[in-house]
Amino acid sequence: MNEEFSKSSRQVVMPGELLEGEKLKAGAGTYVSDGNIYSAIMGFKTVKSNYVNVVPLSGRYIPNVGDNVIGIVEDVGPSNWLIEINSPYPAPLHVNEVPWRVEFGDTSRYMRIGDALLVKILMVDETMKVQVTMKEQGLRKLQGGEIVEIAPHKVPRVIGKSGSMIQLIKGYTNCRVFVGQNGRIWLDGETENIGYAYHAIKMIDEAAHSSGLTDRVKAYLESVAQPVQESE
Amino acid sequence: MSGMTTDIELVNKDGIRIDGRTAEDMRPLKIEAGVLNNADGSAYLEWGKNKVLCAVYGPRECHPRHMQNPTKAIVQCKYNMLSFSVSDRKRPGPDRRSIEISKIISEALEYVIFTENYPRASIDVYIEVLQANAGTRCAGLTAASVALADAGIPMRDLVPAVAIGKADGHIVLDLNKEEDNFGNADLPIAMIPRTGEILLMQMDGHMTMDEFNTALEYGKKACEKVYEIQKDALKRKYSIQSEDAEEPEAAVYEEPSEEGDE
Amino acid sequence: MSEGIAEIKREYINKLLQMGRRVDGREANEYREIQIETNCIESAQGSARVKLGKTEVLAGIKMDVGTPFPDTPDRGVLTTNTELIPMASPDFEAGPPDAGAIELARVVDRGIRESEMIDLQKLCIAEGEEVWINFLDIYVLDYDGNLFDACFLAAAAALSTTIVPAAEREKGENYPLPIKHLPIQTTAVKIENSILFDPTLDEEKVADARLTVTTDENGDIRAMQKGLSGAFTLEEVKQVIDSSLCISKELRKLIG
Repeated sequence: MNEEFSKSSRQVVMPGELLEGEKLKAGAGTYVSDGNIYSAIMGFKTVKSNYVNVVPLSGRYIPNVGDNVIGIVEDVGPSNWLIEINSPYPAPLHVNEVPWRVEFGDTSRYMRIGDALLVKILMVDETMKVQVTMKEQGLRKLQGGEIVEIAPHKVPRVIGKSGSMIQLIKGYTNCRVFVGQNGRIWLDGETENIGYAYHAIKMIDEAAHSSGLTDRVKAYLESVAQPVQESE
Repeated sequence: MSGMTTDIELVNKDGIRIDGRTAEDMRPLKIEAGVLNNADGSAYLEWGKNKVLCAVYGPRECHPRHMQNPTKAIVQCKYNMLSFSVSDRKRPGPDRRSIEISKIISEALEYVIFTENYPRASIDVYIEVLQANAGTRCAGLTAASVALADAGIPMRDLVPAVAIGKADGHIVLDLNKEEDNFGNADLPIAMIPRTGEILLMQMDGHMTMDEFNTALEYGKKACEKVYEIQKDALKRKYSIQSEDAEEPEAAVYEEPSEEGDE
Repeated sequence: MSEGIAEIKREYINKLLQMGRRVDGREANEYREIQIETNCIESAQGSARVKLGKTEVLAGIKMDVGTPFPDTPDRGVLTTNTELIPMASPDFEAGPPDAGAIELARVVDRGIRESEMIDLQKLCIAEGEEVWINFLDIYVLDYDGNLFDACFLAAAAALSTTIVPAAEREKGENYPLPIKHLPIQTTAVKIENSILFDPTLDEEKVADARLTVTTDENGDIRAMQKGLSGAFTLEEVKQVIDSSLCISKELRKLIG
């Protein structure tokens, strides 16, 4: 390992580990027992506005209202599509939640099994029944390109600080990129360039917790592609 | 216990066991987290001559649907011995012994997992014994909670387990195969060190109350040791630094939606 | 998605293949990285753990003394079984081997048997009465395509390192399992008009047809299996066999 142990590196905690901090409140990824706060998951300990949280280092995608995700049509009913969103819970997309007027029983004329969609989580109830919508600007059926799947908790890493990583990838490959919160990433552009973007994202997925990643991704992209000039 | 008898002296007059250990010595234990690609979490464990691989899938959609619980996830463990893991080939597939072990391990794990976070889902734990040499249920359970943590599943704590037994009238920790075959008692336990809660306990053979108390003392200390090795396995995999890592609440990135549909 | 594959991925694989390329950048005849570890299980008489890219399998051999089949009274017995355990893939379910697992086991078995890899006559203890039985069990631990070749490599590597436990059965001294030939199996799939070897899981999911070829060290064909609902032309079959012979020379070095 060539990483330096720097001050800003976060502490990895385990399930059951006592999280010190008497004045803190129990945040995400924690639980309280006998008045003490313990970690409920393996992750990085962080403290923010009086809450102690544990940020997961692994785990499946659990739907949250408002998340944009990439789903795959798994089944088609007369008045809805069942969308697989890479989570434990499949999500129905009702005909009222698509931007077209769909007659009863006419669903498969619009979208079929295997189609990839960009949808938003509309509702999650207490039993984790999920509903998604496609009725918003930008949400749509995806055509062409390629989908890469990464570990969902690494999504912020692919995006980077205020989008820096994704801008880097787009800058060199001129691909259109959409990052779903569920760990699915859609890439579209020249076939060659999709391959480069695909590889860059796989690099991030395989090494999301090591430093100097941005430089390595940049070095890779420089070796295969030229940065695209901003034309605005 | 098997009730078999032997001329082998399991513990000699100096209190040394046939593999050179003292009564309170544990066999070497090594754990590695995150060893499989498809599984959501996994662990590989070597404990003496035991080799165990564990995979966790979940939380995932629960099949068959009638097994779903609307208020919490169900925990389904399957413990299995590979056909060539034992001296006489074992026929593949579950037998009564593995079904029982699967059940008690599922129950032990269910206690620590925050199942209420995932209504209707299933958390599936697969324990495959690649090579067996006494103590495989404890090895399997020990590997399982590491694999669960690796899968990012919220849980109260890790669950270390160990067997204590009696050989030639001595209470000994972590039975090997000979002691298991020819000893006088076997007591596998799983205990959370911080709380002292016992999540798995079986016993067969013959122990006095005093011997049982000694066995529990040994077991408690050993579980603390196993627990440290479990944590170390996970830390080794994940303690890579991330100085330029993003904040957890990193902004959701969206492609500017200039290309609307239709 | 459980069984299926997103339409976009199917299209992307096809688009690349038309350009003569694969998603992971390999050549059509190129195998993924192969790692073989033998003698990893002490309780088995022979064992091998094989990683083929992200596919991983574990083969183990148990030997037992038993009676020969009436029609082969002077030969040992080989029994091959594969287990697609649910650890290996979210799509594998617990239970007895399904048709896919049985085909897999039979294809591996056929390659070993028909190439006469094991000299079964040397596994006869007393003609018509006692012979050595080889139980070859292969467990899939991680599944990312091409189980046929991963399982065959593991089987061949495990058999090559097997020791017949004669001493503990009071049948004389232990001796290495008598190996006569070193067969190698390769598997190719056809996707539209492209043929490529060592398919990944995604490539398998879009494949129209599959052809497995087992050849020996003399370059002779010992077993074949065509699978899936597509078809090959005669030319394509010959092309697959030619490529298989080239590839097998490299793969044989990993086991020999």
